[in-house]
Amino acid sequence: MDWLPIFFVGIMGFALLMYTVLDGYDLGIGMLLPFATEAEKDHMIATIGPFWDANETWIVLGVGVLLMAFPQAHGVVLTALYLPVAVMLIGLILRGAAFDFRVKAKTKYKRTWNRLFFIGSLMASMAQGWMLGRYVMGLSESTVSTVFAIAIACLLPVLYSMLGCGWLLVKTDGVLYRKAARWAKHFVLPLGVGLFIISIATPIASTSIAERWFALPQAIGLLPIPVASIMAYVVILWILSHEKLLNDDYGWVVFVALIVLCVMCAIGLAYSIYPDVIIDKMTIWEAAASRDALMFAFYGTIIAVPGIFLYTVFIYRVFAGKTTELSYESPGLE
Amino acid sequence: MDLDPLLLARIQFALNISFHILFPTITIGLCWILLFFRIRFTQTKDVEWEYAYYFWVKIFALTFAIGVVSGITMSFQFGTNWPGFMQKAGNIAGPLLGYEVLTAFFLEASFLAIMLFGKNKVSNKVHLISTLVVAIGTSMSAFWILSLNSWMQTPAGYTVIDGVVHIDNWISIIFNPSFPYRFAHMMIASLLTAAFFVAGVSAWRARKKVDGPATWKVIRTGVFLAAILAPIQIFVGDLHGINTLENQPAKLAAIEAIWETEQGAALTLFGFPNEVTKTTDYAISIPKAASLILTHDLNGEIKGMNEFQGVHPPVAPVFWAFRVMVGIGLLMLIVSWFCAFTLLKKERLSSFQQTALAWMTFSGWLAVLAGWYVTEIGRQPWVVNGLLRVDDVVADHPSGTLLITLFAYLLVYIFVMASYISTLFYMSTKRARSLMAQEEKNTLTPMQGDE
Repeated sequence: MDWLPIFFVGIMGFALLMYTVLDGYDLGIGMLLPFATEAEKDHMIATIGPFWDANETWIVLGVGVLLMAFPQAHGVVLTALYLPVAVMLIGLILRGAAFDFRVKAKTKYKRTWNRLFFIGSLMASMAQGWMLGRYVMGLSESTVSTVFAIAIACLLPVLYSMLGCGWLLVKTDGVLYRKAARWAKHFVLPLGVGLFIISIATPIASTSIAERWFALPQAIGLLPIPVASIMAYVVILWILSHEKLLNDDYGWVVFVALIVLCVMCAIGLAYSIYPDVIIDKMTIWEAAASRDALMFAFYGTIIAVPGIFLYTVFIYRVFAGKTTELSYESPGLE
Repeated sequence: MDLDPLLLARIQFALNISFHILFPTITIGLCWILLFFRIRFTQTKDVEWEYAYYFWVKIFALTFAIGVVSGITMSFQFGTNWPGFMQKAGNIAGPLLGYEVLTAFFLEASFLAIMLFGKNKVSNKVHLISTLVVAIGTSMSAFWILSLNSWMQTPAGYTVIDGVVHIDNWISIIFNPSFPYRFAHMMIASLLTAAFFVAGVSAWRARKKVDGPATWKVIRTGVFLAAILAPIQIFVGDLHGINTLENQPAKLAAIEAIWETEQGAALTLFGFPNEVTKTTDYAISIPKAASLILTHDLNGEIKGMNEFQGVHPPVAPVFWAFRVMVGIGLLMLIVSWFCAFTLLKKERLSSFQQTALAWMTFSGWLAVLAGWYVTEIGRQPWVVNGLLRVDDVVADHPSGTLLITLFAYLLVYIFVMASYISTLFYMSTKRARSLMAQEEKNTLTPMQGDE
């Protein structure tokens, strides 16, 4: 069997995982804004300033790989998800525009832009959750599928908000740091309950997924996934409930544990779907582009993706440490 | 009301791509101008160049952000509106778009962070290189997307097996017959747009008396860049037109409103093309000029629309858009030369010249949109010229869905555009930094200032 489609489905999964974690935390910051004071809003947005553009690019890579390697699926998936895609796009446009306008337009409009930043972030997150739910249900039209999609549409904003809190625990200190910890405590329980229910509900709602998980030899091999997830969740609870650890600036552990949680969810999801690209409808080989096209794309990918990874690390290193600079604008020469 | 879903899908896509292209058009050109400011600062240590950089990098960031988010829309709409295109031509369209993401998008988005926020974090050298990297990134992005667009105009290097396009040769696909011309034409268009944009905003600042020495450095940069590029653009545009005559004669027939194939075709300057009577009403034309320009022969043959019954584009929009583009191009030439001659001798432009430049701020946008309408409407009814028809690839969405999302996009775009332009003018009314510094000395009241 041709290995190229497997390679590209891996790259696509990697891009979407990167997107979930990276744009997740900055969408999360957007959704946390209403809880913060005006000065804190500036500070929160300053923490994501250098990163959000590149973060959003990961979804373009995800869709780009879908389009490049699986053109048959690209059309089917995006046609089926036409409306939520439109909602997500409008959310992302509002948010991206608000990001710059809130500091550059007249000061009296700043509150409006902050609100749009929040609304755009929430729209995009919920639409993504809805799409994920519909996708996991194989894009089928049924009550179960709709309920499942609604559930994930509610859960994903919670996950993103939690990532936003985690990011603030990494990038801030003082009052905002303590506030972020407090917010995280509010989100952690709904997140845990939500993830638990979804994990139970998925195999019940989808027989195909149940078959993949509960056949015996594999079931044992799959155990590390739930175990690691539960451990990550316990670590988050532990850090958040120990004031001393928080005071000693161990908040970053929450963010790392959240990433572990996301990675485990992604692996679990990938296992649930593989080798289909649309569950029960299309395998990755049926959806794949011709071998010539894939080969050409392959060379570009193995050269470019490590490069992207390296300079992403470089940018994160340049802007490492607590964000102190409150102004969005570069100070220029003094 | 029964609306044609194909028409709605086309309007929606046209709306999105028209809105989107405005922003990359500025950023592709503006980034090279920013690089120039950066280099001049590094060479001369003249802080005014630094002020110019920081004033314009903020506008660059604003423009770039809207370009990114409206560009994400584009990447989805290929699938949501034209799934058939991806299913049939995905082997070519997919990798070309993929290469754009891989080689350009991340590069731009990542190093932009250093351009904007890196001043105190990295050395001047790294900062300069980051600006260069972003400039290369934006141009790479243009390279891939124009390669794909050109392939859709002049497909090459492929075979069709069972209705699906397969690859013969990537080099012929990427460097297809119209690509070099379209790429050159668009890159120069971006630089011209950015040149008039920076010169126009700065001239407006001068009119509002908030200008400093940096403002005039920007005006000089914009005016001289435009004065050099405008004639080159006309020359490249002419080559592009000749290339179109060879490869897409139906588009050219619509541009020139040539109804019947003729030798020694006249050049219609103005008129009202009428598709029912197949004539151009009230035409003002120069005998034999079209043949002369396009074939470099007074009696050269130009194919008319009669050769392409039912498969030629709608004539009036292509005809008019072309004349708008050429008209603005000529206006750009006149204004830039007029201002450049003054600036060769004097430090300042007259207030009339400043006003003229200010009015020309968005002239590039109009010309670029008009030019793209010529190219894209001129390709109809094909999505891939001669190979795939638009009505064969459209998604099967109900008209209601399309109409609702169309209005939603339209509202958002009007809102974002209004905010963009008003914010731009608001930022432009801030006093120049050097003015601010001077006033601070005089009055000891610190003022908000920029540039």
